[in-house]
Amino acid sequence: MELLVFVLASAMVLAGAIGVVTYRNPVHAALGLVLTLFGIAVHFVSMEAHFLAAVQVIVYAGAIVVLFLFVIMLLGVDRAEDLSVEPFQIQRPLAVIVGVSISGLIIAAVVRGRSTLGEQLESTVPGDDNIRELARSLYSDNVFAFELTSVLLIVAVVGTVVLTRRQRGGASK
Amino acid sequence: MTPTTTWYLVLAAILFGVGVVGLMIRRNPLVMFMCIELMLNAVNLSFVAFARAFTDISGQTAVFFVMVVAAAEVVVGLGIIIAILRRRPGANIDDLAELKG
Repeated sequence: MELLVFVLASAMVLAGAIGVVTYRNPVHAALGLVLTLFGIAVHFVSMEAHFLAAVQVIVYAGAIVVLFLFVIMLLGVDRAEDLSVEPFQIQRPLAVIVGVSISGLIIAAVVRGRSTLGEQLESTVPGDDNIRELARSLYSDNVFAFELTSVLLIVAVVGTVVLTRRQRGGASK
Repeated sequence: MTPTTTWYLVLAAILFGVGVVGLMIRRNPLVMFMCIELMLNAVNLSFVAFARAFTDISGQTAVFFVMVVAAAEVVVGLGIIIAILRRRPGANIDDLAELKG
């Protein structure tokens, strides 16, 4: 059963990721991103990170992808990009080589270091304790980082408003 | 046969590689942002896999912070893209070399 969930969710993740890279229309790429994010959320549930799965769906699929789609519609860049025109002939094969190399290196490192991981997985934390444990870690050990994220979000919001504000009156850009 | 931590890490590595390839071959700044999200999610997946392997909740805390930073990064990045594309509609990433030294 777990194997079936893993295989199906992995298929979702990889199909969505390849869709993001290959779809020519940015709207379709954003929908591929949704598929990938839902697959990741399924993996989170099967690894008993229930809170993170909920946050993944709400924040990523709910907020970030909607933001992407909103910007696509706002700018009207939802026409298809011509992927057959390649200004630098060498770039695409080089990119594939680099990507495959990075994946291969990480996989080789993981497979070599497999013995340190411990192959059997018994969860010592029951499912309901996930949120409690996460909150304890967040509000005790990492409380300063948690407060700093609020500063980060405020700075991001203010910065975006300043960046995208239209200049009125004299200074016309 | 149940999936082990190694499987999740291999899946995360493949997802990261797909994100890298997409970042390098696409020219639309929005799609490049989506590929960055793919890479961030690959790292999140490996964080949660390690958190389960070592039964340590710190990995999930790290994922929480990655999500917050990713949200802030997307907001600022899309703001910059809107500010640029409003002045130069249809620009792709090769046209945006104004900050080149």
